[in-house]
Amino acid sequence: MKFERYGKGIAKGLTVTIRHLLRHPVTAQYPEQRLNVSRRTRGNELIWDKEKCTGCATCAKTCPQGVIHIITSVSAEENKYVVEKFEMDTGYCISCGLCVEACPYEALFMGYAFERAKYQRGELVQADEMLLASAKRRPSGYMHPEIASELPRQTLLVERITEEK
Amino acid sequence: MAIVDSAPTALGRLETLPSDWPVGFWSHWGVFTVVIIAFVLLMVMGFIWLERRGMGRMQARLGPNRAGPFGLLQPVADAIKVLLKENITPAQGDKIVHWLAPVVVFAPTLMIFAVVPFSDGALLADLNVGILYVVAISSISALGVFMAGWASSNKYSLVGAMRNIAAVVSYEIPLVVAIASVVLLTGSLSMNDIVLAQHIPFILLQPLGFLIFFISGCAEINRSPFDLMEADSELVAGFHIEYSGMRFAMFYLAEYSEAVIISAIITTLFLGGWRGPVLPPWLWFIVKVFIVFFVMVWTRTTLPRVRIDQLMALAWKFLFPLALINLFITGIELLTWPEALPWVMILVNIAITAVLVLLWSKFFKLGWGRVEV
Amino acid sequence: MMAIKTEPFVLNIGPVHPSTHGVFRMRATLDGEVIVNLEPVFGYLHRGIEKLAEERTYTGIIPLTDRLDYLASMSNNLAYVLAVEKLAGISIPERAEYLRVIIAELQRIASHLIAVGAFLNDCGAFFTPFLYMFREREKIVDLFEMLSGQRLLYNYMRIGGFTQDIPDEFLPALDKFVKQMPSFIDEYDYLLKENEILLARAKGVGILPKELAINISASGPVLRASGVKWDIRKVDPYSIYDRFEFDIPTGTAGDCYDRYRVRVEEMRQSLRIIRQAMEQLPAGPIRSEVPHLVRPPAGEAYGHIEAPKGELGFYLVSDNSIAPYRCHIRAPSLLNLTALRDMMIGWKIQDAIIIFGSIDITMGEVDR
Repeated sequence: MKFERYGKGIAKGLTVTIRHLLRHPVTAQYPEQRLNVSRRTRGNELIWDKEKCTGCATCAKTCPQGVIHIITSVSAEENKYVVEKFEMDTGYCISCGLCVEACPYEALFMGYAFERAKYQRGELVQADEMLLASAKRRPSGYMHPEIASELPRQTLLVERITEEK
Repeated sequence: MAIVDSAPTALGRLETLPSDWPVGFWSHWGVFTVVIIAFVLLMVMGFIWLERRGMGRMQARLGPNRAGPFGLLQPVADAIKVLLKENITPAQGDKIVHWLAPVVVFAPTLMIFAVVPFSDGALLADLNVGILYVVAISSISALGVFMAGWASSNKYSLVGAMRNIAAVVSYEIPLVVAIASVVLLTGSLSMNDIVLAQHIPFILLQPLGFLIFFISGCAEINRSPFDLMEADSELVAGFHIEYSGMRFAMFYLAEYSEAVIISAIITTLFLGGWRGPVLPPWLWFIVKVFIVFFVMVWTRTTLPRVRIDQLMALAWKFLFPLALINLFITGIELLTWPEALPWVMILVNIAITAVLVLLWSKFFKLGWGRVEV
Repeated sequence: MMAIKTEPFVLNIGPVHPSTHGVFRMRATLDGEVIVNLEPVFGYLHRGIEKLAEERTYTGIIPLTDRLDYLASMSNNLAYVLAVEKLAGISIPERAEYLRVIIAELQRIASHLIAVGAFLNDCGAFFTPFLYMFREREKIVDLFEMLSGQRLLYNYMRIGGFTQDIPDEFLPALDKFVKQMPSFIDEYDYLLKENEILLARAKGVGILPKELAINISASGPVLRASGVKWDIRKVDPYSIYDRFEFDIPTGTAGDCYDRYRVRVEEMRQSLRIIRQAMEQLPAGPIRSEVPHLVRPPAGEAYGHIEAPKGELGFYLVSDNSIAPYRCHIRAPSLLNLTALRDMMIGWKIQDAIIIFGSIDITMGEVDR
């Protein structure tokens, strides 16, 4: 250590930290103070539209993790596939969103909620009715711009920090 | 020098002290023991709070704010959590030494407060060798640290303990020499007399002494930038890596009570102790202690850590010669101009400090680089 | 100097250690505090990504590449899709090219912020620079979240373009960020650039000589700090990097301090590129017509980019099926690590930590 600059650098650094003492902290206090997530957020659940689904299983083929299981049967009178079981193990899901992207009938959505942790592993396996949209299970705007436009605007730190140096 | 009182004999005051108290000597002793323990614990809580909140704000975050108003009860919550945890002793470790080490580290920190005055004469024992007692007792905790490092049977803790021993032994010397120059000014080793003599805080009369004492003090108690005994990015936690539960709490407590002590001694020696206008003396004392500690928090937030060879070099090449020169100059000043005006001496001493620090900065390269192996 | 000869002892640094940036282990033989021998041990985070890639579709590999260097997912995506586009001969729209440049440079800033912050944290500046830099990274992550919906593993790029066009509020927010950022970089420099303790700790420490750096095929800031002016963006311009003006900052000594400075200067240059790209950003489609299951003709291709940590390359062999026959990843972190022993011998434990920190690795990429 050579003090040929007589500690000028140390003094400079000290002014920066003391100035931060008077600035606003950037921390958001989570449970009380919630920031809006992105409109395209890929939350940790999948939302399924039973009416639109034709049981083509494109999502299951696209999934890199093999999370989605579909069992279909052929209905002769209606001349189409009937989805008997649509099951996914969210424990394996990596939330990549490829299934939503691949679905040709726009019957799959990523979830908007992010507080969907479960207490049991078994609860992570969701099937059929559990996958439908509800008030708690809102779809996000990922690959669905019409939904995205109705969701609240994302909170951005760039806009929250107003102090210029 | 004109600013120095004719110091009353410390022995004389010791005899009169018990009469100020209703029951006499033993009640005085008992009350002060309780006061000191309560004071140390409360100050430690205050320090932990100040460090975590202040550091948080300096790092653009909030710091703990959930337990109690403004997070004031966070240290209590931490203490309860730590006390409920299991005490773990390493299987290969030396059980007795491992158990004893936290006690050896913590006990001396309480003992030192026996001689720190909270107000005029308000101290457990007005020893006439007060400051010498402080220096002697404060070195004991280094032994405890080494015991902890050795008994843990862990290489990280051993390296940390060895670093601690090296640092404490080295930094003790500039520390004592810096104290000696203050003692020259007062002519007394008693802490109370040192405070009584400070019509002008000695930080102005002894700027170089203050600088040396502050740096050495930080190094003694492992405050950043000299915290390489518990360097969390290198040695994970240093000597207390294998401690948990109550024993870890003792180390944690000792770490902060050492900070309280160094702040209190800096306050007593250089900032005029309990002296101050308007506020009661004990409050002045606490305020000054907190100010000193805040500076330590501030430097900890800002500065990177030095390397072990640089730490040694700083003590032996930079602080030790400067402390000796400072002692020498103080002695000469006292001999040649005993009646000089205080403000003249302040200006002269500040000029001398600036010249010496600049000169020494040019002279020395601290530490060496790569070692050929 | 070493008057007392002590018995050397072995210290395991890691795999669980706060400063190994993941699960890395260094078996250091110490003489006192001085390192006399060092043996890096890696593989604790091996997930077999190269093998996994052989049984996934070309699109399905993109989420895997996110998990390589998880601090610079967008760069990994870019390197991979470039390789596939080369393999299948796909061209992408102009707007997508510009957006890729903007995103890759934002990602470079984000990654360098962590690299510099973690390095300064290793030096012992107790979390202050780290948290300041995390604050700025947060802004970039916010922008990426707006684009892709996630904050770490973006999976945003696709073969032939992007998943979705950028939302309307992206460009104003980016503009705000680009305007704010230079003053924040100046502030970091003010905080620690000239700090005497940092200079003493980092200057001249862990020198990687120019010849050695070239011989171990180091790349990125590690190579440039040793004084070699080598940047894939300049020497083999991929995407549209030949349209922008920027400098390549280089160091002279090749020590820890130079690596730190090179990264900070690169952040400034990245901002410069982003500014130019924002001005020239055209309108138009975001993705060319590419089938969901890409089936490239049999052959091989190597796509490489200047990722934040160095040259990141994907070597793909196709057998005209929907999955690659072989996928090899040239990971910059791994190759930059190979000189670790030479850089560390003779220094102390404390230096070893900052030398390791200054190389800036992500274990996800080293072990793959």
